[in-house]
Amino acid sequence: MSGPSTGWEIVVGLEVHCELQTKTKLFCACPNAFGDEPNTNVCPVCLGLPGSLPVLNEQAVELAMRIGAALHCEVRSSSFHRKNYFYPDMPKDYQISQYDQPINVGGYLELPDGSRVGIVRAHIEEDTGKTSHRGESGRIHSADYALVDYNRSGVPLVEIVTEPDIRSAAQARAFVAELRGVLVAAEASDARMEEGSLRIDANVSVRAEGTEQLGTRCEIKNLNSLRSLGLAIEHEAARQVAVIDAGGRVVQETRHWDEQGGRTVPLRSKEEAFDYRYFPEPDLVPLDPDADWKARAAAGVGMLPAERRARLAALVGSPTSQQTDQLQAAVDQGLDDLVVAAVEAGAPAGLALVRAVNELAVDLVAARALDPGSFAALLQLEESGALSPTQAKTVLATLRDAGGGDPGAIARSKGFEALAEATLEGVVRDVVDAHPDEWARYLAGDDKLAGFFTGQVMKATSGKANGKAVAGALRRLRG
Amino acid sequence: MSEQSATLGREDVAHVASLARLALTDEELDRFTVQLARVIDHARDVAALDVAEVEPTSHPVPMRNVLRPDVVGECLGRHEVLAAAPECEDGRFKVPRVIGEAP
Repeated sequence: MSGPSTGWEIVVGLEVHCELQTKTKLFCACPNAFGDEPNTNVCPVCLGLPGSLPVLNEQAVELAMRIGAALHCEVRSSSFHRKNYFYPDMPKDYQISQYDQPINVGGYLELPDGSRVGIVRAHIEEDTGKTSHRGESGRIHSADYALVDYNRSGVPLVEIVTEPDIRSAAQARAFVAELRGVLVAAEASDARMEEGSLRIDANVSVRAEGTEQLGTRCEIKNLNSLRSLGLAIEHEAARQVAVIDAGGRVVQETRHWDEQGGRTVPLRSKEEAFDYRYFPEPDLVPLDPDADWKARAAAGVGMLPAERRARLAALVGSPTSQQTDQLQAAVDQGLDDLVVAAVEAGAPAGLALVRAVNELAVDLVAARALDPGSFAALLQLEESGALSPTQAKTVLATLRDAGGGDPGAIARSKGFEALAEATLEGVVRDVVDAHPDEWARYLAGDDKLAGFFTGQVMKATSGKANGKAVAGALRRLRG
Repeated sequence: MSEQSATLGREDVAHVASLARLALTDEELDRFTVQLARVIDHARDVAALDVAEVEPTSHPVPMRNVLRPDVVGECLGRHEVLAAAPECEDGRFKVPRVIGEAP
């Protein structure tokens, strides 16, 4: 099953919970750490024991303001509320969150394709504990009991709520990928979906193409990867279209993405209407950062992915669509600093980009540590024709593994000498003689065969020939 | 003032009680409806005051930005933590099965 049939438009808004990378929790001095032994990073505050009082973590506020600045939000004075509900992952029986006065409001995120997704708000709240459901089948609805670890209880979160501006599963994925880059650039979160430091709920609805009114939405939970986000949106939209096509109405509800079954299923019972009875948290005073603090937080935002892409695009000149993909990949893989440094050291930009993305990406950790000067020197050897592309790639792999070195010396040690022109002419002649039919067609004007001959020459020279030199030799033979 | 407020009915109290997981008897529902109605009526009296000249406030204490540096402190020992649990397993609190997802 894929997206909804033609004639329908998908409308998606996302709620993204992002764990902040502070040393301690939001309201107490327990460590904010992932993967520790259960219930070891807990204290009376995050266990909700009577008489304990929350005190707000300054760094969490700073990181929240950084996120606001990076998403072009207005950073405001704010206050905290209690959101009341009963669930064992929340030992106080309420979650401290921001309600009608969130710290960040009204921003946007621009995606690589130029589309913009509006940000309604990005507010501070505390995370809940982690519940593991235990039972025969391992499924939530048939669990016999649950086990709770409160290490995560009280970890600082920023919840980012988008406008319903997203129109496809692909755009939703692109949004989350870009947001992840922004959060990492702001050093606000490690944004690892696989560790749950970035968690996403999707509000999905459908409407007839060309209409303005929003359809009834369903909220999809349990989206643990970009892949499940995309699949869940497509399946949910198709389900809603099928309901409407069959003459039914979509019911507003929370649904759970069943990864194994490849479908969404309703979970919450209907009687459990949302009624959180928010009220002001009496134990916390208002938060009112002054202009200096806001400016300091904004200055803490590193270079954003969009700026990194623009920086590479400026080096390349006017990038082709293939180069646009390559420079996005370079930024996503954290290789853009290397490319920029190599170009500053004299490397041709287009070649630096394509070699970084295609050859270095196999070992990103080593690639990011590669000496840009060595990389640049290699690219210059390739550009000048002293090394063929195949030889250059082999030398680059050695450079990458060693962290740098003298590419010329490595090439000599591997026996990579550019073929003398006379030798190359001889090889080309042999190849032409061995393929008289192809040569006749080439002479008759079938230029595609140049590629065939180049390939044959490469094969005969084990990749040592330079492509440009082969093309030149072919042209000369054609006369 | 009438015994039954126009702003709060018995079914409202029953709803709030169910949200708070309180099992009230019929007699308690009657009693609390009267009591809560008085509280609401009092709030209405306050709402009727002319406060045009009064600055809105979210908190009675004239303080802002009470913050703590991001420095790790002491936690409780796990033994002590789990001692408060009616049941535990694998170093975690054991709770009855939960249907549905957390909001």
